[in-house]
Amino acid sequence: MPLTVELITAERVVRVEQGVDALIVPGAEGQLAIYPKHAALMTTLEPGEMVIRRAGQEEAFVVTGGFLEVKNDHVTVLADASEAAEEIDIARAEEARRRAEERIRRYREQADRDVDLARAQAALQRALLRLRVAEQRRRRTTGRPQV
Amino acid sequence: MATIRQLRRRIQSVKNTAKITNALQLVAASKMRRAQDRAVQAKPYSEKLRAVIAGLAAATLDPEKPAHPLLVSREVQTVGLLHITPDRGLCGGLNSNLNRSAGTFVATQREPVEVVAVGKKGRDFFIRARVNVVAEFTDLGDYPAAAQVAPIARLIIDDYLAGVFDRVYVSYPEFVSTATQRPVIRQLLPIEPPKAETLPGESTFAQDYIFEPSPKDVLAELLPRYVETQIYEAILQNAASFQSAQMVAMKNATDNANEITRELTLTYNKARQEQITKELLDIVGGASALEG
Repeated sequence: MPLTVELITAERVVRVEQGVDALIVPGAEGQLAIYPKHAALMTTLEPGEMVIRRAGQEEAFVVTGGFLEVKNDHVTVLADASEAAEEIDIARAEEARRRAEERIRRYREQADRDVDLARAQAALQRALLRLRVAEQRRRRTTGRPQV
Repeated sequence: MATIRQLRRRIQSVKNTAKITNALQLVAASKMRRAQDRAVQAKPYSEKLRAVIAGLAAATLDPEKPAHPLLVSREVQTVGLLHITPDRGLCGGLNSNLNRSAGTFVATQREPVEVVAVGKKGRDFFIRARVNVVAEFTDLGDYPAAAQVAPIARLIIDDYLAGVFDRVYVSYPEFVSTATQRPVIRQLLPIEPPKAETLPGESTFAQDYIFEPSPKDVLAELLPRYVETQIYEAILQNAASFQSAQMVAMKNATDNANEITRELTLTYNKARQEQITKELLDIVGGASALEG
């Protein structure tokens, strides 16, 4: 029996997919692939890319951390924030990256104590993650160059 | 008796008021739909989280030896109250109901209460009542995002862990329907694990699960998230309640204004008629005096 996958954030239900062949998630202990008949599992997630594989097709999502539960071929992903690759706002992610880099630079150069380095680095990581996932999807789905 | 000119001015003024309340009503109605949608959209996440924690709590948690500081109940010296209200008024009795309910709650506590206010109306109320407001969060907007709630949850959790509060309650308007919003006060910390709804035939939760990295680590991630979700839900309910209450209040105001306009117009027409009759009588009287 194939998997049912629910991807949920605090704000909305991002996706519910049935008949999923495999799910690849960034687990706490490294990347994790879940196939049907997986044992019941409860794990935390790291920020990363989540891929739903169904009938030879792959769909990518960004997940910025959260939890995952597997039970009786039903997978529930409770993500802190998540969107499908095609929903990613590239301009916004670029902007977030620029801002985070600027904050880190200020911290390094002037030892600006107002900058929360850990937060800036986390923000940078999230922005890079979104850009990477969006970029990969573009390469995967379109042969022609993007304008 | 008012003069005709006064009546005319009054009618115009009431009509202008009706235009404003009507516009506010329409704005609130459209915002209400979106705010309610968001409250509904947030349900699956919190329900799932609750179910997971209930399962975990039932199977792995020893009430004698709690596995996480957020579950530990301790002697209460200071009570924290997270008071969630709208920023604005013009929403009927919503704000005064909320403040009355929270005010009564504070007055009936044996231990001193410190307030963390979300929303200007609640903040102003407790400042006026000379209750200690230790933090405030205002201007969250019509559609608060989960990211805006994170700092509120962090403050509450940190203060609880630091011993600033020994017990924390949350007060907010529960959105029952467009016509009904009920002020509720719930305990937020320490977390009282929700009861597991174990279906017959379903095995108990945690024994069969693999936990990564470990049950304790998963719980340590889950519990703060649970607190945050509860606060987020309360804030969404507050937003939906505010728009609904405002829409209903403005609809009543518009209806009343229209009613007053109708009555005033009647009085005005009568007065006008009377005056015309009087003027006609004067003319006729004057003419007959000349003829005579």
